[in-house]
Amino acid sequence: MKREPLLHPGLNLGSTDEYAHNEAEPVIFGFWVFLMADLVLFAILFATYASMSVQGQADGPTPTDVFDLPSAFIETMLLLASSITFGMASLALKYKADGLHLVFWLGLTFCLGAGFVGMEVRDFWVMTQEGAVPQRSGFLSAFFLLVATHGIHVTAGLFWMIVLLVQLRVLGRTTAVKLRLMRLALFWHMLDIVWVCIFTFVYLFGVAQ
Amino acid sequence: MTSESIFSLLGTLTPQDISFVQTFENPVMSEFIDGAAGSVLVVGMIIVVGLLTYYRGWKTLWFDWLTSVDHKKVGIMYIVVAFVMLARAIIEGVLMRYQQSIAVNDPGILTADHFGQLFSTHGSIMIFFMAMPFITGMINYIMPQQIGARDVSFPLLNAISLWLTAAGAALVMISLVVGKFSTGGWTAYPPYTGIEFSPGEGVDYWIWSISLTSIGSTLTGVNFATTIYKNRAPGMTLFRMPLFCWTSLCTSVLMIFAMAPLTIATLMLALDRYAGFHFFTNDLGGNMMNYANLFWLFGHPEVYILILPAFGVFSEVISTFSGKTIYGYKSLVIATMSIAVLSFTVWLHHFFTMGQGANVNAIFGIATMLIGVPTGVKVYDWLLTMVRGRIRLTTAMLFSIMFLVTFVIGGLTGVILANPPVDFAVHNSLFLVAHFHNMVIPGVLFGMIAGYQFWFPKAFGFRLAERWGKASFWCWSFGFYLAFMPLYALGLMGAMRRTVEWFRPEYLGWLQVSFVGALLLFSGFLFLCVQLVVSIRQRDRRRVPAGDPWDGRSLEWSNSAPPPEYNFAVIPHVSGKDAFTQMKQEGQAYASPSAYEDIAVPKNSIVAPVIGIAAIAFGFALVWHIWWLVALSFLAMWGAVIARSFVTDTERVIPASKVRADHEAWLQQVRECTTTSREQEDTNSNVGRAEVLA
Amino acid sequence: MKGDAMTHKHVETYARDFRSYCIGGVLALALTALAFWLVMFEILPDFERLIAISILAVAQIIVHFRFFLHISWYSHRDDLQLVLFTSLILFLMVGGTIWILFNLHERMM
Repeated sequence: MKREPLLHPGLNLGSTDEYAHNEAEPVIFGFWVFLMADLVLFAILFATYASMSVQGQADGPTPTDVFDLPSAFIETMLLLASSITFGMASLALKYKADGLHLVFWLGLTFCLGAGFVGMEVRDFWVMTQEGAVPQRSGFLSAFFLLVATHGIHVTAGLFWMIVLLVQLRVLGRTTAVKLRLMRLALFWHMLDIVWVCIFTFVYLFGVAQ
Repeated sequence: MTSESIFSLLGTLTPQDISFVQTFENPVMSEFIDGAAGSVLVVGMIIVVGLLTYYRGWKTLWFDWLTSVDHKKVGIMYIVVAFVMLARAIIEGVLMRYQQSIAVNDPGILTADHFGQLFSTHGSIMIFFMAMPFITGMINYIMPQQIGARDVSFPLLNAISLWLTAAGAALVMISLVVGKFSTGGWTAYPPYTGIEFSPGEGVDYWIWSISLTSIGSTLTGVNFATTIYKNRAPGMTLFRMPLFCWTSLCTSVLMIFAMAPLTIATLMLALDRYAGFHFFTNDLGGNMMNYANLFWLFGHPEVYILILPAFGVFSEVISTFSGKTIYGYKSLVIATMSIAVLSFTVWLHHFFTMGQGANVNAIFGIATMLIGVPTGVKVYDWLLTMVRGRIRLTTAMLFSIMFLVTFVIGGLTGVILANPPVDFAVHNSLFLVAHFHNMVIPGVLFGMIAGYQFWFPKAFGFRLAERWGKASFWCWSFGFYLAFMPLYALGLMGAMRRTVEWFRPEYLGWLQVSFVGALLLFSGFLFLCVQLVVSIRQRDRRRVPAGDPWDGRSLEWSNSAPPPEYNFAVIPHVSGKDAFTQMKQEGQAYASPSAYEDIAVPKNSIVAPVIGIAAIAFGFALVWHIWWLVALSFLAMWGAVIARSFVTDTERVIPASKVRADHEAWLQQVRECTTTSREQEDTNSNVGRAEVLA
Repeated sequence: MKGDAMTHKHVETYARDFRSYCIGGVLALALTALAFWLVMFEILPDFERLIAISILAVAQIIVHFRFFLHISWYSHRDDLQLVLFTSLILFLMVGGTIWILFNLHERMM
């Protein structure tokens, strides 16, 4: 079967909703461009972290001292699972006419994402209790800024999800709401990509050295 | 961090922070000047409010302009911001030149602290609140019309970007009256700008005003790139776009990628200052050299953001006033793209002296020299456009020619500076100051003024007075040479930048010449103001309703002057470069379309002004540690965004019958217009219909 | 809106889209588990271990792009161009920063 042309990143609505499919092209592209700018932001934070984690420890806590690998693993699983559940939500948006599947998968994504944020906040709390505060060293400043920036992005995504769930109820599955959900999907998957870099280059690298 | 209560009403703000109180308590010359500047601002605002009230302009201002999301209005408002900030920053420049011209073995009239604020605001304003708004406004107005579109891809986002930049500018203006600005220069290097060495509110003003405008610019970049990629008229392939659109595309790519390092650098500095982090501190693992690295990762692409639109303007102006299609279109496109990519490979040349090894310096030095090559290609293309052309020396063309000569000189000094060993001798000297002014004034400023002269008749429907334009041109040109050529010599004699007092008498003569140049530059600006006032008063005689006063080559000249809200009654089909020239030669330029359709235009929205005003409050509250206001304004900004997303009625439909009536009436008017030959274009017989040459 | 019963064409595209997320999920899971296993159980000598988990990270990023974001050779040319250009910029900025800061550290500390 001939593939439908992909007009934009993420799941394309294709012939399930031709109007929205065409409307989506510039809107999703614009958001895609914005995500690229956001990626540069994270890249700079990573580059700063790369140097400060090695050169900026200031005889304070080292990565091995403060990183809780099991916790990072669970957070990774939660976020990865939430990416998959969001994929299911995207499929529901595209193929299922009733709203129930969509709301179910979005709700599940929200819980997993909230679990991720909750665990991360707990990790930070434990670190501060041990004296590993950002004010202690350059390494810790860089760590907290990088990981918290990601966490704040995820939290913003959670707020966005709630607003969209309300809009699904109030406005229905209009083209505008569909396009917003599609953009949130891109956002959510991108955050998981950033997290792959965080658990690898921050947590695993930190403990492995 | 001081321990203010989060409920403290005014944070760290006290009556002593008002500049008039300071003048009263410490009546020295420097304070009088500061107080005078604040007074000019306050009196100026009172006059504006008074005029608006007298002419009953509030309704028009709010409903037709401030809530508009039309790219043309947004573009004009950006340029208004640029002009206002240009006035302030030029006066600051003149003041600094004056101080330097008298302060040889003499303290002069300014304290070191005041001088520090002056060079910081001068640089920050010129770059972030004059040049960036000017180019953004120019691209906003012209680019969508040149690609045959009705608007940018995201009109509301466009307005929000405008308001974020205006908010940043407002904060800088507020710092004139409430508190002091940073003394750390436009680059704000820590540790000097860290909380230990700059404990006051100054650096915070810099941080938040810059942060607001940099977010605005990132969003603008996203908007412009999407517009050019997705909104072009049918048949307008990328390689049929006017050069100005190519430079707009590359500029927006630079905006998208380059603003992020600045956002991070300022955020990190803010965290160091507000929360005791250690990104750039002297101790506990801070690395102040990373600030320079991050700042210039932004800073170098930034200067290409500033110059590329000017290059685009020059391509349009030179080809139009030579009566020829631009020479070497493809090479110009490739050169523009090369500049965009290479601009991300040279940033270290801003800190050759910071301590890297010779190999690192050498690589970046070579990259820096390479980046001069595509610009050289462009200069040759412009010159070859003029060869065998029928050149008309309008004001815009004069600025372009002066650019060609003067910018090349500046570029040559840039190649000199690209040598690390040479740079070690002249880094941060007046030689450097001369070099970058030699790039931005003939480059960016002349380009923007040329664009302003060129497209003003299109935007407002009447021509500017050429005589005053030419007077302005001569003042700008002579003023530039007199003000900045001596600085090359001074730099080689050892004079450093940002210096409030000198101790070598051999500098005096050069500094005095430079001051005369500064006065001429200011006169150039004044003549532009006179030109505007005179032209407005004579506007009825100068009208060009047919919309094509210069025999333009691209689509923006094909509609009326001023253009209708929807730009084109019918979206044109494009089949070649210089689309409008082609239409004129085929006799299709003013043909009636076969069919009209309803046109949907975005409705005005209060979201953008709400976000803008909340942003001003947000920045001000952060500067003065008024935490309740920080929270409230933050919620207001996001609340506006969320509330807007629930609004479904965002468009207004203009029925096809109205479009037909307006368009046919205009076409009728054009057909009755007498055509104007090129020789007659500067006379009042020019009503905007160009004579078609073979 | 089509009812719950999808058209024949949509059943096929649904299967393909669903497969995309499943394969992506399984691959991502495997790559993640492998990386954590290598570090938590100190498999491989130090330097090789770091290289290995870096490669696993890059592989997982590609998996995310391909299977979750649907960026592939079928994508719109603009979208591919943008990803590639962004990668170039990221390489220059991150690589350049790390090179400069490590060079400075070496010379000054």
